Amino acid sequence: MRTEDKEFSDLVKQKYQHGFVTDIEQELVPPGLDEDVVRLISKKKGEPLFLTNWRLKAYRHWLTMDEPTWAHVKYTPIDYQSISYFAAPKNLDDAPKSLDEVDPALLETYDKLGIPLHERARLAGVAVDAVFDSVSVATTFKEKLGEAGVVFCSFSEAVKTHPELIEKYLGSVVPQRDNFFAALNSAVFSDGSFVYIPKGVRCPMELSTYFRINAANTGQFERTLIIADEGSHVSYLEGCTAPMRDENQLHAAVVELVALEDAEIKYSTVQNWYPGDENGVGGIYNFVTKRGDCRGANSKISWTQVETGSAITWKYPSCILRGENSIGEFYSVALANNYQQADTGTKMVHIGANTRSTIISKGISAGNAENSYRGLVRIMPTAHGARNYTQCDSLLIGDQCGAHTFPAVESRNRNAQIEHEATTSKISDDQLFYCRQRGLSEEDTVNMIVNGFCRDVFKKLPMEFAVEAQALLNVSLEGAVG
Amino acid sequence: MNNTNLLQISDLHVEVEDRIILNGLNLDVAPGELHAIMGPNGSGKSTLAQVLAGRDKFEVTSGSIQFKDSDLLSLEPEERAREGLFLGFQYPVEIPGVNNAYLLKAALNAKRAVNGKQEVDAFEFMKLIKDKMELMQIPTDFLNRSVNEGFSGGEKKRNEILQMLMLEPQLAVLDETDSGLDVDALKVVATGINTLRSPERATILITHYQRLLELVVPDYVHVLYDGQIVKSGNKELAQTLDERGYDWVKIETEKK
Ligand SMILES: Nc1ncnc2c1ncn2[C@@H]1O[C@H](COP(=O)(O)OP(=O)(O)O)[C@@H](O)[C@H]1O
Ligand SMILES: [Mg+2]
Repeated sequence: MRTEDKEFSDLVKQKYQHGFVTDIEQELVPPGLDEDVVRLISKKKGEPLFLTNWRLKAYRHWLTMDEPTWAHVKYTPIDYQSISYFAAPKNLDDAPKSLDEVDPALLETYDKLGIPLHERARLAGVAVDAVFDSVSVATTFKEKLGEAGVVFCSFSEAVKTHPELIEKYLGSVVPQRDNFFAALNSAVFSDGSFVYIPKGVRCPMELSTYFRINAANTGQFERTLIIADEGSHVSYLEGCTAPMRDENQLHAAVVELVALEDAEIKYSTVQNWYPGDENGVGGIYNFVTKRGDCRGANSKISWTQVETGSAITWKYPSCILRGENSIGEFYSVALANNYQQADTGTKMVHIGANTRSTIISKGISAGNAENSYRGLVRIMPTAHGARNYTQCDSLLIGDQCGAHTFPAVESRNRNAQIEHEATTSKISDDQLFYCRQRGLSEEDTVNMIVNGFCRDVFKKLPMEFAVEAQALLNVSLEGAVG
Repeated sequence: MNNTNLLQISDLHVEVEDRIILNGLNLDVAPGELHAIMGPNGSGKSTLAQVLAGRDKFEVTSGSIQFKDSDLLSLEPEERAREGLFLGFQYPVEIPGVNNAYLLKAALNAKRAVNGKQEVDAFEFMKLIKDKMELMQIPTDFLNRSVNEGFSGGEKKRNEILQMLMLEPQLAVLDETDSGLDVDALKVVATGINTLRSPERATILITHYQRLLELVVPDYVHVLYDGQIVKSGNKELAQTLDERGYDWVKIETEKK
């Protein structure tokens, strides 16, 4: 290794270690939200003035907005003044000291999901620094990324190291005023990830592996920004198949993706937040705004999501197909069991000529759950030759659950081609009995049918996660029949 | 009591939606035997098959069924299957998205696990199934298709027999596996059934027509009518039924 490179990688390593140092004093901000709280958050994070002002602008606008009610979900109103908007560092005294102190049921789930042993402690929130184990791994990744010129760090860190990129791109895909939850996030966002892939660089690894080791505690108002410069390529995986507990009921994240000319971003999500118990008590409200901007010609953004968690999911990862020949894709499996409510789908906005989009949505409802697909395909007058293909399938398990589809199409260009297919099916008694007669248990039969139903989407996940996602669906469906 | 029986059905009463379908049915099947059950439409043949396999919408109101050493009625459907009871369905259901080979491999391994045998992997599975597919004249690409989806009637039935050949049940109950088959397919199905006949195994063939029984020669032929087996005989009985229909059996029964 040349000395120059060596120095550079040392530097990267240092920066990384620095990232772990908490530069915030322990202090509790009382619940409630006003301009002072917004200023305080920004100050504590040591943000530049432009960002403080940006947050304040968002806050002021948020005050004028109403919480949306159009989604097919029901919940008791959220009291925004009862939430504490600055997360105090975790109290390690209350955390379990070792895996022996962790709820055996949780460990059993990890086992079923095949979560590696070294990751279990961290996921279960064990206080002993389980992170140590993975720091070396993470550092190796970081070095490799550094060599390629890829910037991958926490959002807060990027504010310090790459303020010019933040200023240029933050809010350029999801404007502050986009919607109620996005405005709230813009005012009070906690942390998240930042990725920049330089021109012509193919990111040398899935950003997933690293992220999984590093993901804990991004907070309830997560903010992520990914920029793929011209001709670059990145695959990013968010989330984790392991059930993650969180005290915060409300999650309002914003994710912005920017793909410049010839660039490609593949963003995969496995969402398994606490769904509440089998009677519908507790669980996370997951109100997420995710949007990708295919800004350059021939760019491509692909969303793949496996949503099994949360009490309520409100989420529409979308693509703005601005560049000519750009491509947007949305592949989704959303499973709702017990009393979960999922309202999810996508928006594909075709602006550039010859833009193409594909939507494949698989909704599974079991128990008393409600699962809705909500989609919009909009073809602007400029989008000559635009094409969309939508396939939207629902699978029902039992007869207490619901599946709904709300597909909307707005075409303002006459030579656009739009195709839509939809099916609803139910796992029938005949199918269950047939498989049981062949020697399979009822549970294995349901899993087999569900996995078959989801295959087209699982195929789009990075390999290792496809396997995990399958296991995750099986665990999430436990008790759905019989 | 004949303890050498593989299956012993005693005084079986079955209802569905408050209607009595089987009304005191008795049947003993010993290892090595092939029993044909015939009878007019709606006489309860499929009901009997489904009750044997454990379909819960049929309510057994009294009677007992002994299978090997077990009280069959106390077992779940999958337990019966793993114990060696196979039902060839009259109407095999389509299961979109589920690979034919995947289901069959899972079924085979579920059964092997009960017998303390190691699971077969995809490679061993292919080795096991290859000859049987040839015998059943099923092209290899069927393995990668969804279970029964888009199969013709005949293909579905041959697929049932293929599954039977792989699972090697001790008792196979085949419900109208011959209906809807042309002469060639009928021969293929008959070959499949005959392949598995052995001194340890037994078969119950439910059929409408005697044409299958010319290819698969039964030891006994029974007539199911009015919820009971009203007449039993050997293969000549099937011939007679084919020529004269069921009316004379009905009249004979009503006289009693
Ligand atoms: N699920 C059901 N509900 C109500 N009646 C049924 C049901 N299944 C079968 N039956 C009735 O039970 C009788 C026997 O049917 P089945 O066993 O299918 O006769 P077979 O196979 O001899 O033609 C018929 O009269 C049929 O209508
Ligand atoms: Mg029948």
